Amino acid sequence: MSPLVTLLAQGVAETGGPVGLGEEIAFWVLGVVALSGALGMVFARNAVHSALFLVMTMLCLGALYMVQQAPFLGFVQIIVYTGAVMMLFLFVLMLVGRDSSDSVVEVLRGQRLAGAIFGLAFVVLLVGALANSLASVQAVGLGVANAPPIGNVGGIGRLVFTQYLFPFELTSALLITAALGAMLLAFSQSRNAAKKGQRATVEARLRGEHDRISPLPGPGVFATANSVATPALLPDGSIAPESLSALIESAPADEPELPSVDAHALTGAPAAGADTDSELTEETRR
Amino acid sequence: MTPTYYLLLSAMLFSIGAVGVLVRRNAIVVFMCVELMLNAVNLTLVTFARINGQLDGQVMAFFVMVVAAAEVVVGLAIIMSIFRTRRSSSVDDANLLKY
Repeated sequence: MSPLVTLLAQGVAETGGPVGLGEEIAFWVLGVVALSGALGMVFARNAVHSALFLVMTMLCLGALYMVQQAPFLGFVQIIVYTGAVMMLFLFVLMLVGRDSSDSVVEVLRGQRLAGAIFGLAFVVLLVGALANSLASVQAVGLGVANAPPIGNVGGIGRLVFTQYLFPFELTSALLITAALGAMLLAFSQSRNAAKKGQRATVEARLRGEHDRISPLPGPGVFATANSVATPALLPDGSIAPESLSALIESAPADEPELPSVDAHALTGAPAAGADTDSELTEETRR
Repeated sequence: MTPTYYLLLSAMLFSIGAVGVLVRRNAIVVFMCVELMLNAVNLTLVTFARINGQLDGQVMAFFVMVVAAAEVVVGLAIIMSIFRTRRSSSVDDANLLKY
């Protein structure tokens, strides 16, 4: 294990252009993983799997940047791409719905086959041209540019703030425009669905646009119970069915015992139905 | 082995991304394929910076990353607003300009 580690360390620490053995090992391992991650992203049916495959590819690319004497870009790649951009992708995937898988229907006939053929031809073209033209090129290496007193970060900073100062300023305008555009696109939708006011709701109720004019009766509140499962009682003592919550499955088992109240007793006149009560009062009068 | 191998790897990644853009129908996956193509170009820039012994390629890759971050924010906001109105994130359903 330790010779491999020393080899890798040699490959990374090498200052010149030629490729060391450690770097070669790192390239073949990371390159194969990156390629398989890219293929998995294209062929995965689930969009979340695609995003995770792409995260794998981007991590490998960040490591390859570090191997190629670009440590600053390697860390920025890991932090910005896999840390921020891909997590944004995952957030949007969760908002849109995880099961929004691809439709298998081919809208244009033979489009997938044509795309695959185009991709193969493109690979052959690019690989052939690069391998032919750049096969014998010798890398100068960044040993001088990344020299210790300044280092990689210092060299990039010097270039950004001198030679590339104007593009760097333009970048700030681009970022502000992107933030404003994203806010505009995110908030423009919620403004269209205007909220209905109280008066508009009442008028819609009276116009008969709702099921009933009044709101549903609330639960009954008695001295014995204040739970929402207590039903409201109609004037004749029966349970108002609309006051029963559909969410509470158990119908109330204990109906509150009410004394049989006779409204006519308040006026002094005997009620038509209450025979026993009227007899009692007659007996007390005698 | 020469640094050209990095260029070949980058060419393959770019082609896989291009095929993904052509083949996939989910707008978010298409967007991820575009990101893969940008990453492949970044690898090319870093490799050329090493071949030439200049840091300019790395600065350019840095700018590509900044532009890609801005592009992702706006693109995902557009995909979200299309999804809110059309209830779909498939690129086949956004055909309002077709007729």
